[in-house]
Amino acid sequence: MQLLRQTGWMVVRQARNLMREPIWIAMMVIQPLVWLLLYGQLFSRVGQLRGGATSYVEFLTPGIVCMNAFFGGSWSGMAMISDLNRHVIDRFLAAPASRFAIVFSQVVRAGITAMLQALLLLVVGLALGVRVHGGLLGWLVVFAASALLAAAFAGFSHGVALLVRKEASMIATANFVGLPLMFISAILIPPSSMPHWIAQLSRFNPVNWGVQAARNAILTGGHWGATGVYLLLLVAATAVTSLFATWCFRAYQRSI
Amino acid sequence: MGAVDAIVVEDLHKRYKTVQALDGVSFSVKEGEVFGLLGPNGAGKSTAVRTLATLTRPDSGHALVAGEDVVRHPNRVRRAIGYVAQDSGVDWEATGRENLMLQGRIHGMAGAPLRARVEELLDLVGLRDASDRQARTYSGGMKRRLDIATGLVHRPRVLFLDEPTTGLDPEARAAMWVEVERLAAQESLTILLTTHYLEEADRLAERVAIVSRGKVVVEGTPAELKAGLRGELVTVDLAGANGRAHEAVQVVHRIEGATEVAAEGQQVRARVPNGAQAIPLILSALEEQGITVAAVTTARPSLDDVYLHYTGRDFSTEDQEGNR
Repeated sequence: MQLLRQTGWMVVRQARNLMREPIWIAMMVIQPLVWLLLYGQLFSRVGQLRGGATSYVEFLTPGIVCMNAFFGGSWSGMAMISDLNRHVIDRFLAAPASRFAIVFSQVVRAGITAMLQALLLLVVGLALGVRVHGGLLGWLVVFAASALLAAAFAGFSHGVALLVRKEASMIATANFVGLPLMFISAILIPPSSMPHWIAQLSRFNPVNWGVQAARNAILTGGHWGATGVYLLLLVAATAVTSLFATWCFRAYQRSI
Repeated sequence: MGAVDAIVVEDLHKRYKTVQALDGVSFSVKEGEVFGLLGPNGAGKSTAVRTLATLTRPDSGHALVAGEDVVRHPNRVRRAIGYVAQDSGVDWEATGRENLMLQGRIHGMAGAPLRARVEELLDLVGLRDASDRQARTYSGGMKRRLDIATGLVHRPRVLFLDEPTTGLDPEARAAMWVEVERLAAQESLTILLTTHYLEEADRLAERVAIVSRGKVVVEGTPAELKAGLRGELVTVDLAGANGRAHEAVQVVHRIEGATEVAAEGQQVRARVPNGAQAIPLILSALEEQGITVAAVTTARPSLDDVYLHYTGRDFSTEDQEGNR
């Protein structure tokens, strides 16, 4: 109980602090839309990229939802570095704050942010002619996929933040991990248009689990069994990375 | 021992890659006492406090805070302590009140008791008017006061103040001293404070341990430590530049009880057991030799002298080394 309560209050703290950053809010709204509109235009004439969707934008929307979520998660560790630099974390650690709650609140915050962005992207997508073929369940799957993707990568990101503790190293790691994972996934093109080895590799990419789930929900409106498995894999990934980040507090505490 | 010990530290060792930060630190603090760890930067004070606040694990040795072992039961220790780190732990984006509310919630407080406590503390540290402003707008002194209030939300039994006045301007420092004195009186707390300001330890701490290179070199009340130097410093200014300082040193040397006699320009300094008794003797002896005196002053030893005496090093030069 205490764990959940602490997590809750720490989520409140982060949400409240972020709401005081108008530029952050603006970027959270604008950035995913830029990706959707830019990529949507860039590849719109390449017919084979649609993967059976009525338009490239319909194919792309679940991809951008997931890209946005996992990028957001990957970068969320910056918040931990800022808290470390301001010694807020030390203050929490010298109080009976649960280490897991400190990490998990950031993971939850990243998940909520990604979910709100997914909602925004879907609404704009609707205006561009995208249809969610999975109906209400489809919407829920898209929200779950985005939240879990962001959460899984937020756990990883916070672990890295606690290990490297420097912005520059954090940025390098996020780029090093993030960009390859983006291109070894079906975010921009369907697996059928990928070189065979990349298509095979992408099956082990957590980003792709989210993309497949969201695309099943929007384009196909079916394959619910496979979709469920993808979501469960993401739940497991979130658990693993959150525990990894919690464990990384040891490394941090050895350093102080 | 009498009173219960709020803090017991026995033979703590802690080594970072190349630095032996703690090299067998031992001391104890009685309940309700204000205890000062005094030493230059890099002496190991902060490492000692971080160990007691459960942030750092010692390599060896034992430490009990409020009766609980910091390594075996860190969470019990955390519930009993307030930790005000050397670097402010204020959340800049949150308001002063929000900072305090969250800290209380981490300690499991809630509802009306928490709100009442937060209001009480805002008054105590004089931040009521600024309580709904983001802490990023606070001055250094205000942030520091918020730090202290944050450390007090859950009514801890032991409060750690790591360098509470470092980085404050003289005015804010004086205000902070008044604050700490009031806390010590009002909240019936045990306070462990670290400082590299001698006058701060002298003013605030009932007992002091001087830390140098990871060890406690001496421990006692400021008065005891000064008395341990046995005596007062007498400074005699010779009249005119007639170059008789060396002669004067010989004369003062013959006075009973005078030690550490030395000349510097037209000044002769000596340590004597009792200034009031020694001064007439010194003056008449000098007069007999026809050496005229312009002025005489006596000074009780300062913690500066204590530091020099026990470590064999001058405090200010040591401090600069520590800063490197």
